[in-house]
Amino acid sequence: MRVNFTVNGRPQEADDVWEGESLLYVLRERLGLPGSKNACEQGECGSCTVRLDGVPVCSCLVAAGQAEGRDVVTVEGLADHARQRSRGGSEGVPLDAAKGWAAKGGTDSQAGEGIELAPIQQAFIDAGAVQCGFCTPGLLVASDELLEHNPNPSDADIREALSGNLCRCTGYEKIMDAVRLAAARQSEGV
Amino acid sequence: MDFLRPASWEEALAAKAEHPTAVPIAGGTDVMVEINFDHRRPEYLLDLNRVGDLYEWETGEDSVRLGASVPYSTIMEQLRAELPGLALASHTVASPQIRNRGGVGGNLGTASPAGDAHPALLAAGAEVEVASAARGTRMIPIDDFYTGVKRNALKPDELIRAVHVKKADGPQQYSKVGTRNAMVIAVCAFGLALHPETRTVRTGIGSAAPTPVRAKAAEEFLDAALAEGGFWDNGKIITPSVAKQFADLCAAACNPIDDVRGTASYRRHAVGVMARRTLTWTWESYRGARHTEGAA
Repeated sequence: MRVNFTVNGRPQEADDVWEGESLLYVLRERLGLPGSKNACEQGECGSCTVRLDGVPVCSCLVAAGQAEGRDVVTVEGLADHARQRSRGGSEGVPLDAAKGWAAKGGTDSQAGEGIELAPIQQAFIDAGAVQCGFCTPGLLVASDELLEHNPNPSDADIREALSGNLCRCTGYEKIMDAVRLAAARQSEGV
Repeated sequence: MDFLRPASWEEALAAKAEHPTAVPIAGGTDVMVEINFDHRRPEYLLDLNRVGDLYEWETGEDSVRLGASVPYSTIMEQLRAELPGLALASHTVASPQIRNRGGVGGNLGTASPAGDAHPALLAAGAEVEVASAARGTRMIPIDDFYTGVKRNALKPDELIRAVHVKKADGPQQYSKVGTRNAMVIAVCAFGLALHPETRTVRTGIGSAAPTPVRAKAAEEFLDAALAEGGFWDNGKIITPSVAKQFADLCAAACNPIDDVRGTASYRRHAVGVMARRTLTWTWESYRGARHTEGAA
């Protein structure tokens, strides 16, 4: 079947989609957006977290056909989503740009310099919240959504918001630091 | 596999009548796991996401008609006053991502003994509203809904439209045992609701029998003990011996198995502990409310 939906602000079309296929599979294998990670395939790990009509969900548990006509934001569109939120107005991220996101203007991918990042992404880098990086896309999408509706979260709020995202490297402390840092910068308007 | 995409409740019922083997999918948090792991290859998937009615709820005089697909996150945020037990139970479901998708209709449809909503529905008192194109709507009392492990009273051509949950007339509590606070399938769970209007108590036990069950002997014992001691009127602290007898009867209502999540004897023990604690919490809350009313 064919699925038409909006990904990172641009209309997309996926063809030859199997009826039992997940949204995650369509994003990764049919649209070439590997940012959302595939790990547990049962909603336990959160590494496939995307926004579906604004709401964080595990894309491995959304049937592709259920995304028909709906709006999806992936980690590849997070910087654009954050910019749109702060400035208002955006034309979305073209698929080719999203696919080539890592290389987009970057001079130093480790420090994130020269690459357009969402504030939460910069905070993860600055706080050292990324180790192997596999869980990072899901955590970024979940953290960004938290700060969108709760600009000044308590530690308990952060822990709860990220309770569906597993990280096996960091022990979570640096991730907590990163979210606190992003919240502080957001409130200072940095 | 065919993907059926009804745009309305009537269309959904017609599709289910035409394809009784179709597997309904709403939040997908059960169905997609089975498909991802190749445990299930249904001939038809019946997507209910476009049926807007299922995402709505109406608060009536005595009960809330809760659409089958209202997400747990919405129940937590919007229905805490009317349905405190179910709101607490909803908060223990998996993670925010799952609570944003899953709803009570899925819990009822799957009818796993470990479904988090069941003990709260049993304790509050509820009826499941189901419908078919051929026979229209019928109401199934929650006590008759669970018929076996992952089996329920639905007919092949029926879909769950809503669950009518009695609005709380007293304190309610929910307790769940698991290895951490999130992303946990219950080892066992317990729901308790005080109903001061009828001077009764209702319970619900999860994950400790082939189906979710009430501890009816425990309820009857406590109803009688509270009446006999005039507790509803005098608001005294429940005597430890009464609480202990209630806990023991709740444990005795279990019929658990040993599995990877826990042993049968642990489950029985834990249900007893949760019964005693939730009784204390709800009763303290009832006494507190009485004092406040008295002062005002």
